[in-house]
Amino acid sequence: MNFEGEHLLIGQLGHFFVILAFVSSLISMISYFSASRQVDTIKKNNWLKFAGYSFMIQAASLAVIFGIVFFICKNHYYEYMYAYKHASKELESKYLLACIWEGQEGSFLLWSIWHGALGLIFILNKNQDRKNNWQAPVMTIISMAQFFLTLMILGVYVFDVKIGNSLFSLTRNEIAAPIFSQPNYLSFIKDGMGLNVLLRNYWMVIHPPVLFLGFASTIIPFAFAYAGLQTKKFGEWISPALPWALFCVAVLGVGIMMGGKWAYESLSFGGYWAWDPVENASLVPWLILIAGIHTMLIYRSTQNALRASYLFVILSFVFVLYSTFLTRTGILGDTSVHSFTEAGKAINIMIGIFVLSFAGPLLFLFFRNYKNIPAIAAEESTDSREFWMFIGSLVFFLSAIFIIVVTSIPVYNKTPFLKDLILKINGGQLAMPENAEFLYNKVMVMVAIIVGILTAIAQYFKYKKTPREFLLKKIIVPTVIAVLLTVVIAIVYPFEYNKNGPGFLGAIYLAFFASIYALVANAMYISTVLKNNLKFAGGSIAHLGFALMIAGMLISSSNKKVISDSSANGINLNMGVDPMTKQQDNPKENLTLIRQVPATMGDYKVSYLKDSAGNEKGRKFFLLQFDKKEKDKNKIVESFILQPDVYIMKDNNMSSNPDTKSYLTKDIFTYITYAINQEKNEDTASFKITEMKEGDTGFYSNGYFILNEVVKNPSNEKYQFRQNDLALMADITFYSKDSMRYRARPLIEVDSLGIVQVDDTVYAQNLFVKFSGVNDDRKVKIGIKESDSFIDFVTVKTFIFPYINLVWLGLIIMALGITTSMIHRAGFNKTQSTIALIFAIAGLFYMFLFAN
Amino acid sequence: MKKTHIIILIGIAGLIAGLISFSADFSTYDSIASAQKKQEKFVHIIAKLDKSQPVEYDPIKNPNYLIFHAVDSLGGKTKVIYHNSKPTDLEKSERLVLKGKMHQDYFECKDILLKCPSKYKDEKSTLEKNVNEQTESNSLNRP
Repeated sequence: MNFEGEHLLIGQLGHFFVILAFVSSLISMISYFSASRQVDTIKKNNWLKFAGYSFMIQAASLAVIFGIVFFICKNHYYEYMYAYKHASKELESKYLLACIWEGQEGSFLLWSIWHGALGLIFILNKNQDRKNNWQAPVMTIISMAQFFLTLMILGVYVFDVKIGNSLFSLTRNEIAAPIFSQPNYLSFIKDGMGLNVLLRNYWMVIHPPVLFLGFASTIIPFAFAYAGLQTKKFGEWISPALPWALFCVAVLGVGIMMGGKWAYESLSFGGYWAWDPVENASLVPWLILIAGIHTMLIYRSTQNALRASYLFVILSFVFVLYSTFLTRTGILGDTSVHSFTEAGKAINIMIGIFVLSFAGPLLFLFFRNYKNIPAIAAEESTDSREFWMFIGSLVFFLSAIFIIVVTSIPVYNKTPFLKDLILKINGGQLAMPENAEFLYNKVMVMVAIIVGILTAIAQYFKYKKTPREFLLKKIIVPTVIAVLLTVVIAIVYPFEYNKNGPGFLGAIYLAFFASIYALVANAMYISTVLKNNLKFAGGSIAHLGFALMIAGMLISSSNKKVISDSSANGINLNMGVDPMTKQQDNPKENLTLIRQVPATMGDYKVSYLKDSAGNEKGRKFFLLQFDKKEKDKNKIVESFILQPDVYIMKDNNMSSNPDTKSYLTKDIFTYITYAINQEKNEDTASFKITEMKEGDTGFYSNGYFILNEVVKNPSNEKYQFRQNDLALMADITFYSKDSMRYRARPLIEVDSLGIVQVDDTVYAQNLFVKFSGVNDDRKVKIGIKESDSFIDFVTVKTFIFPYINLVWLGLIIMALGITTSMIHRAGFNKTQSTIALIFAIAGLFYMFLFAN
Repeated sequence: MKKTHIIILIGIAGLIAGLISFSADFSTYDSIASAQKKQEKFVHIIAKLDKSQPVEYDPIKNPNYLIFHAVDSLGGKTKVIYHNSKPTDLEKSERLVLKGKMHQDYFECKDILLKCPSKYKDEKSTLEKNVNEQTESNSLNRP
């Protein structure tokens, strides 16, 4: 059958480039490998040249594929499954990129594009040492990864087994529906499914590319480690790999925290970190690579810790692959709020093979060569810098192992034998404990204490051996300052996190001291030892930023407060004893606000003013007015409006986006937890008419009302009439029994089409007020309707996050410190360094503090 | 790796392992029936919303009080009380992971994880349904 209106050529073109990329990655892998085995320089260079060209073809093909997918989504070619699944016409153009990496195929594409870009940088670098010694083995590994990643998006059938999911498969081939039997089926498909509303967000545009660049760049240190083992130049790869490793931790760290900022800012998770398996899976490679960087530094200065460097660098990439396995095979299904799905058994098996074909051979090579990797027999002394750095690295590594061991619980439940053992011991499939966060926090708080103190003191040690007097002289001042500072802060602004007992609170204080100590000690190290020479201070700046970030996390998490406490206001009176559980009902975190009825939240009076529609279909904003009054006075000292919003979808589904009022020292964070009003009850009540003159009083069930005045052609914030219009407005005040006052201003107008009445409402009293007309003896007819059901409400949750800006600021400083260090170690010239730094500073500040 | 390192490594690993085993009460995935056998114990139940029973939630009276009924694949049923706002996708969800404790005649839920078909774009049935819905209005034109 010939189908009408399809654009098949572009998809065939796309498919061609996928195959081209696949084949050329295979060719470049083989030729780079051949080059790495070649001793003869001329032959080696020939192989390198050939491999280089095929890698370039491969990278260019990926760029073309990306362009084609973008084009298909932009032009809404719904004959393509990918466009149908991820694009839609109402989607704002800024989300076009986001809808490409929403899907699994698109994110594999993004990942491989970054590999391609990094590979190109590596090839085009003119450094002779790099070219002669490292290019061949390093690029073998990158090409191999490209081979697997393009395999995932290949979409070719081999004996009925589908290899990879194509980006260019056709909707009519993928799903079965009666319409596809018609040639003009495309005219029925009005729109695509569009981007998930949860993901329509600035961060969805920017977070995945940065995170994937971080993931992608872990391959380079890994590839260098392979190069070291393959060439038997066991230690020489450390120096060229170090700047790449620094680049990687900077980008990956920023990428991870971008996810945190996204969760904090736009998802209703109520924070920036929740120890969700998906978050953990991205954190683990970062922690291990941080350990790896420190052992690499130790090796550079002392020739120690080479074996550990190998292990950490290899494992960081292995855990990137493992996290791919966790998040993409659907194995996390019941444990994560992120909804990742299986893309099919075939893809799962391929992901498994992908992980094993990197992890297996490399770990095998590592252990086979373990004895050959040089190590110093003598033990480091405890007064050397390398000793304490090594301890710190170990702590980082162990914390990563701890996190991944706990995160992998769903994997154990599916592992043969192990799963039976679990059933026997645990009496059921293993699941996280009741207080899952605490399980992580109590270990990580220990890690923070150790790492904080080590970060503070380790730099004051010298490599090899440190004179005791030197150490004591230098370290005493920061120690005293840090102790004093901690004590002062603890008194002025104590932590109030008592949920897990006094022991844990004590640990929080210790961790806070450790982070302050690290902050002070590193700041002083920069000024007293490095004499403010920032060029060499990358490490200290990064440590300082890290310490600031940890301090910010401790404060903002420990003193986070829920202020939408349902016991603190007049509307949701304490429920007393719960009819079901027979227990006293504790105040809980959600608060229902009835329109125009102010409620108390912490120090604020909050009123739900009104709702308004957004630009997008189904989006609704709720205007909440926050007022803070001075104590015992009526003067309002602080007033702002927050506009959290929801998408209300069909079937009464809703997705909620918070709004935040940010001050330098705190954020007031609020989101809608429930906003679906029940179907309005059939309104049987009717208007009761009262005839009255100005100044007269009328009655309703809950009080009385006074007609203040009747205004002809009113011109105020509500109505704008001109002199020669024919409009009358009644200004009425309602006095309820609980002595509250409400104002209503219904209106009647005569125009060329007849009589128009504009009713007013008093939500708080469930009143509709109508200006029904004017009597013969010039009395005004006011209609009052009392409805029995509440009319409009919204349920919200509100937090105060104190000092959360320290977290973002700390992160930025850390990333800049690492960048400085990278520039220094990569030996950039002045222009290059300036460009890199300006780019990093502008990008980070823009992304974290100003954008959005 | 030096002796000191190994000692410290073992020490730290031991500390962590000790901390975990000492205080982490790992929970279990249970059916409703098996959860009823271990009352007052924190469990995870994988179940579905029982659509034959009403969902009670009145945010004006109490926004932190939700009652619904859950049914699991083995046919076990229980009443569930959740002291929080109603997850808005509840009725639409295909699967619920309920974390909490079973009491005599109800399950007190501390946390709910919803698995909704709307999030599962990749599932074919959802896509098919969507295509059919979209084109339903045009069904009269069908030959």
